[in-house]
Amino acid sequence: MNGHEHDLITLEHGSGGALSRELVEQIVYPCFHGEAYPELADSTRFTLTGTVCMTTDSYTVDPPFFPGGDIGRLAVHGTCNDLAVAGAVPRFLSLGLIVEEGFAVADLSRLLRSVSSAAEEADVAVVTGDTKVVPRGKGGGIYINTAGIGEFRAHPALSAASIEEGDAVLVSGPIGAHGIAVMAAREKLRVGSAVQSDCAPLLPLCTSLVAFGNELRFMRDATRGGVAAVLNEAISGREIGMEIAEELLPVDATVQSVADILGLSPLEIANEGVLVAVVSNRIAQEAVSSLRANAIGRRAAVVGRIVGGGGHSGSVVLETAVGGRRIVDLPRGLLLPRIC
Amino acid sequence: MQPDLAFRDRERAAGIVARIREIAGRLGRDIRIMEVCGTHTVSLRRHGIHSLLPRTVRLVSGPGCPVCVTPSGFVANALRLIEKRGVTVATFGDMVKVPDPEGRSLSSYLGSGRVRIVYSPLELLELAEEVPGPTVFLGIGFETTIPAIASVFERARQQGIRELYLYSAFKTVPRALRALVTDPECAIDGFLLPGHVSVVIGLDPYRFLAGEFGLPGVVGGFEPVDMLGAILGILSQLESGVSAIENAYPRAVRDDGNPAARAVVNRTLVESDAVWRGLGRIDGSGLRLREEYADMDAGRVFSLPEVVDRDPPGCLCGRVIQGKVTPPECPLFGRRCTPDRPVGPCMVSSEGTCAAYLKYREESA
Repeated sequence: MNGHEHDLITLEHGSGGALSRELVEQIVYPCFHGEAYPELADSTRFTLTGTVCMTTDSYTVDPPFFPGGDIGRLAVHGTCNDLAVAGAVPRFLSLGLIVEEGFAVADLSRLLRSVSSAAEEADVAVVTGDTKVVPRGKGGGIYINTAGIGEFRAHPALSAASIEEGDAVLVSGPIGAHGIAVMAAREKLRVGSAVQSDCAPLLPLCTSLVAFGNELRFMRDATRGGVAAVLNEAISGREIGMEIAEELLPVDATVQSVADILGLSPLEIANEGVLVAVVSNRIAQEAVSSLRANAIGRRAAVVGRIVGGGGHSGSVVLETAVGGRRIVDLPRGLLLPRIC
Repeated sequence: MQPDLAFRDRERAAGIVARIREIAGRLGRDIRIMEVCGTHTVSLRRHGIHSLLPRTVRLVSGPGCPVCVTPSGFVANALRLIEKRGVTVATFGDMVKVPDPEGRSLSSYLGSGRVRIVYSPLELLELAEEVPGPTVFLGIGFETTIPAIASVFERARQQGIRELYLYSAFKTVPRALRALVTDPECAIDGFLLPGHVSVVIGLDPYRFLAGEFGLPGVVGGFEPVDMLGAILGILSQLESGVSAIENAYPRAVRDDGNPAARAVVNRTLVESDAVWRGLGRIDGSGLRLREEYADMDAGRVFSLPEVVDRDPPGCLCGRVIQGKVTPPECPLFGRRCTPDRPVGPCMVSSEGTCAAYLKYREESA
């Protein structure tokens, strides 16, 4: 990396020629040096056992650096979390970079180090990759795609279909921080600048719930669309409903204040380190205790329950802090700060 | 920064609700209370206040969302500015999705750089320098938003910034309320008056509601306990038979408002007639740039035609704004008209009545 501090990415860096090779050898490889898979080859062999889960996700967050994280860290934990909530232990990642001409080499290098340290934290190996450069103005700085492969460890019936009336709904920690942190960074909002993204690996939380066998019905990471989208997904198309209580939802006071000012509901704001789970009511308190044994699960809580279809089949009903009742729908539209 | 949870306290709310129920029971008739402000509409629904009120107390939404009361002809003129006059249009985000009478909107120009979204009017000063050629700001909003915009144009004049223009659709709330209550079809028993607008204008401009029309009006804040308290105030007045304009939001609103903010407005803007969606032309209910600022007035500089108010076929936004129908009574609501594909303005803005009703649905009885 020495000597590249002030360089900018050029189209030639993505040409496949000498400069491409230099970029990969001097900037990319050093970040992944020392792993069991030393070269980011075009393809890599590995051995897995049993049922395997695979996922892919693309990351376009703007800006690429934000309080509490960056697009590199997000690209690792986001994909690993998709595997973890599916009941798998993440093992391998691919790393596809689409960089806009003019992006600073130093920033790319910083992001790759972030990918590397997040991969270490998540105990996952980055085993293959690719870099492309798009012309200036044709991309948003940097986009990252990661695909992940993991080994399935949960019981086979883990799915929304096994949710039953009487089950408890759990949230693993304070909601809304990631979305507020990114929005504050993008729009340069001073009010939200103290909020840090919650971007973190969810595997430890998932592992503690998977231990409950088929008493664990359903898990999701509440990313885009927030907790509201996941709650709706859990009961969508079923003859059951859900009731949750606003006063039970963990929300940091600063996040709540900023959301109030912007006219947003924390329920609809994206998270990158929050797990929503449905478990049988019998083990609900035990499940909360085991989530709380993890640092990011300290504020885990039962926030609601599954009810019979009756009046509101397929609907999530919120009891507000003052005791009012309303439906929590799938979020619609883009989250824009209101205008007055 | 900590939210003041006292205004979301369940016990306090329950106490107020109990008193509302007692008075509503004694009144023994249907009461219609209009919340004028779009922020109230959203907050009332977000906190499920409707579900706490007795069935006889109904809340209806008023003309208090700036996007919603802006006539479709204003959007047509904004498109004309881009297409026929070669200007760059700067606007608050919600406006770009509002359809003109032909169903076109500013959003089709977002990628081209000809429409620029601003979050604060202060950005206009930099934008005008950056954009080659003229920049026109679409001035929408009420007394809350107007002072900040007025001060930016005052500053632009002082700093000699060129080619920055204002196309005003500014509206003032009290005149619209007068138009509503003089309508023979008006069936409103009292007003939950807007907190933010009142921060600027104070209480005096509303006094005619009580004095001339015998209608209670209470200025309320936006937290559940604030809003319930204001509703209780309106019901208490109805029971006592003595109407007045009260301030139930004293931690933000002074009875005389904010004279400094009004002074900025008076230095740059002057009263004018304005066309409201649904309500039509209301004398003196708008604000346009003063003569000294005529060279910054986009309507004059670019010779824009008069704004017409025409709703798309089947759209009931005009009647929704007047509190004559509720959104679910519109046949387009939630079917052909959604926030993703809005037909009328009340579905566009996050503070629009229809968008709020759809987002925070009540449980079906």
